[in-house]
Amino acid sequence: MTERHGWMTTLAFRLAAVVFALLLTSAVLLMVGAPPLEAFRLILEGAFGSPRKIADIFVIWTPLLLTAAGLLFTFQAGLWNIGIEGQIILGAVFATWVLRIFQGTDTPPGVALTLAFVAAALGGMLWALLSGVLKVYGGVNEIFSGLGLDFVAVALVLYLVFGPWKRPGVGSMSGTEPFPRELWLPTLEGFRLSPWALGLAVVGWLVTMVLLLGTYYGLRLRAVGRNPRAAYLMMGLSSNRIILSAFALAGIFGGLAGAVQVTAVYHRLLPGISSGYGWLGLLIGMLVNFHPVWIGPVAWFFAMLNLGSIQLPIVLKVDSTLAGVLQGALVYSFLLGEGVRMKWLARRRRAGEAS
Amino acid sequence: MNVELRHISKFFGPVRANDDITVTFEAGKIHGLLGENGAGKSTLMKILSGFLRPDRGEIYLDGQRVTFRHPADALAQGVGMLHQDPMDFPAMTVLENFVAGSPGGLTVNRREARKALQELGEQFGFHLDPDAEVASLTVGERQQLEILRLLWLGARVLIFDEPTTGISAQQKERLFEALRRLAAEGRTIIFVTHKLYEVEELCHTATVLRQGKLMGRRTAPYDLDELVQLMFGRVLKMERKPPIPLGETIYRVENLVVEAPRVNIRGVYLEVRRGEVIGLAGMEGSGQRHLLQACAGLLRPSEGRIWFKGQDMTGRSYLDFYREGVTYLPATRMEEGLLPGMDITQHLLLSRPAQGFFLDNHWANGLAQEAISEFRIRGRPDTVAEALSGGNQQRLLLSMLRPKLDLIFMEHPTRGLDMESTLWVWEKLLERCRQGTAIFFMSSDLDEILNYSDRVLVFFGGQVSAPIPAEELDAESLGRLIGGYGFVPAEEALTQTTAP
Repeated sequence: MTERHGWMTTLAFRLAAVVFALLLTSAVLLMVGAPPLEAFRLILEGAFGSPRKIADIFVIWTPLLLTAAGLLFTFQAGLWNIGIEGQIILGAVFATWVLRIFQGTDTPPGVALTLAFVAAALGGMLWALLSGVLKVYGGVNEIFSGLGLDFVAVALVLYLVFGPWKRPGVGSMSGTEPFPRELWLPTLEGFRLSPWALGLAVVGWLVTMVLLLGTYYGLRLRAVGRNPRAAYLMMGLSSNRIILSAFALAGIFGGLAGAVQVTAVYHRLLPGISSGYGWLGLLIGMLVNFHPVWIGPVAWFFAMLNLGSIQLPIVLKVDSTLAGVLQGALVYSFLLGEGVRMKWLARRRRAGEAS
Repeated sequence: MNVELRHISKFFGPVRANDDITVTFEAGKIHGLLGENGAGKSTLMKILSGFLRPDRGEIYLDGQRVTFRHPADALAQGVGMLHQDPMDFPAMTVLENFVAGSPGGLTVNRREARKALQELGEQFGFHLDPDAEVASLTVGERQQLEILRLLWLGARVLIFDEPTTGISAQQKERLFEALRRLAAEGRTIIFVTHKLYEVEELCHTATVLRQGKLMGRRTAPYDLDELVQLMFGRVLKMERKPPIPLGETIYRVENLVVEAPRVNIRGVYLEVRRGEVIGLAGMEGSGQRHLLQACAGLLRPSEGRIWFKGQDMTGRSYLDFYREGVTYLPATRMEEGLLPGMDITQHLLLSRPAQGFFLDNHWANGLAQEAISEFRIRGRPDTVAEALSGGNQQRLLLSMLRPKLDLIFMEHPTRGLDMESTLWVWEKLLERCRQGTAIFFMSSDLDEILNYSDRVLVFFGGQVSAPIPAEELDAESLGRLIGGYGFVPAEEALTQTTAP
């Protein structure tokens, strides 16, 4: 009885959070003089208007899902892996590097692409481990090191794009020279969606679920995240090793997302290669309360918003960052709702004890 | 000024920090307020000095009822308190600290303040440089500054909360002189302490608190045994540890030295055999925890060697000890022992050796059910740790100890448990002893130490005694040792026996 009641109030609070987020976004739209309902309709149309568009949702979903899945490892270990953007970027850089080595040679594209993904995973992992090592051995908070390393990663891409890897002639913000077609990850006929990339993301998601929910490793991650001292004293767990492994996994997933961006979406390296998916992944992790099953649908929903808002500037003269407003408002409303719910439950418990 | 507290009660949640305390402190005398840590001394004094408001009860100064909303109110009425940790502004100068808190506008008359500081200082033989930074002062000097400040602000009742902790012997002498003098001038001095000999040396009266209740008030000269009895009480009825045949030596420390602020443990030589129980007794914060942690590899001793099961474990980490069959059970359950947000099943899964890579939920559930029934935990396998009551958290913690352990270190194994649970916990622990486990535990409960230890290490003021066989001790003699009477540090004992 009480169980069911709890489940229903949870649902009610979540729905209220969504409604509240929509209201907040509407308020923002009204402030800039755009009709909210029209904007929401346009977003839906922009996302579902044609089969091609629906497929494009999955194009965005792929790297986003990988990123969010990887972040769950650091989240579960109690870490704020703000360096995820840099990890995606380093993945993209390493993938580009490998592809540049093989382009123009007669290496089979399959081999080159596979190596590009392996290198990307490695690049992301190394970048993440930098944060990990700084934390474990240097006592540097991962938020600070991550933020710093994000900037370094962006600077590295700018240097490459305008320096050693610049297009013939002059470097430009539009990035490096696109790779020849055979080095693009194959897509479905007539779509931009690559089944290979999609498959990789789904497999990554499943692996995350299994690791976090069904193994001792996942349990230990949580133990260290919840109380490293207790994990050490009562369970003999070294939080250092577990923290490093969580960073490594998050970095691998982020690096793979970067490789997807290079091989399946942009086919080159450019300054905005991460598309902000690192930040979005952090939001998704918070929104699902770090639960691996829910990142799938929520990441998909976020991908839909991103895609749907692309045409807003053209029609409504509203910037496409409206998707970001809505996503941020959702996380905000959700966290607010959780806080209110906890207080409400506590008060009910007290009232129950008093009566 | 005569201070009268009538029916003072203060509750923190379910804890009765002060429970209907009525006591009078007359002017012109030094009043000792005695009690163990957690007895409610500091709470009572914080109420008297306006830091806390009582839930019930009244305060009278010279027969006038007063209520204090905050410390400044109390000080305006003449009640000032020196806290255990100096509450000053280290980055400022002595003079600035001296004038801080003085009533008045934004401007301060520095010249007048400087003069007052020097004059007052001379009276008491406190030599403070007005322009020195407070951060450069010793604890004793900061205390002197605080006394002068309170006097300047017109305090007629002065409360000292454990003032002798952390000051030198010379500063202590000077402090005691000042206190006697202040009392002779007609001020009321309240001296909070747990050190019996300080009360005997200094105080005209001694008021004893235990577990928030007033146990009695005595005037000098004191019957020390009676004070010990009032402080610690004699309500427990524990069985003595039955004789358990001891096995081979399993753990050995040689010349261990542990140094930390206020801790100076030296000359620890100890051989522990299978089945043996070593009790660490002393007032909280006397160094027991440091030694316990140093013995378990959680804290690096400055000197000395440690052997465990024939292996030299000197300098090895706790994880090495853990792998060899050692566990350290912390006292703060939620902070150091349990995982908030995780359930009983998960706790047990994590504290047992892994069964492969994947979790076996069926097996795990059985494990949890077993622990719940064996340790009588009031909860279900999916109950999260923080939802359990304190006693049940302790049971969960004990159920997490691996089935086969060679050595267990424990901080307060039965704190917060009622008598029945306490006896039951020890039954479980002694069962392990019979199977060859050795136990080190610290406790502030004298009967627990006396009844379950084979040998006792007594801690006082950051130093440790040589091991004493438990049968040579009783509650009175142990209580005296803990209070510093007849206490001989292990190092001195060593030199005494080796000297010709």
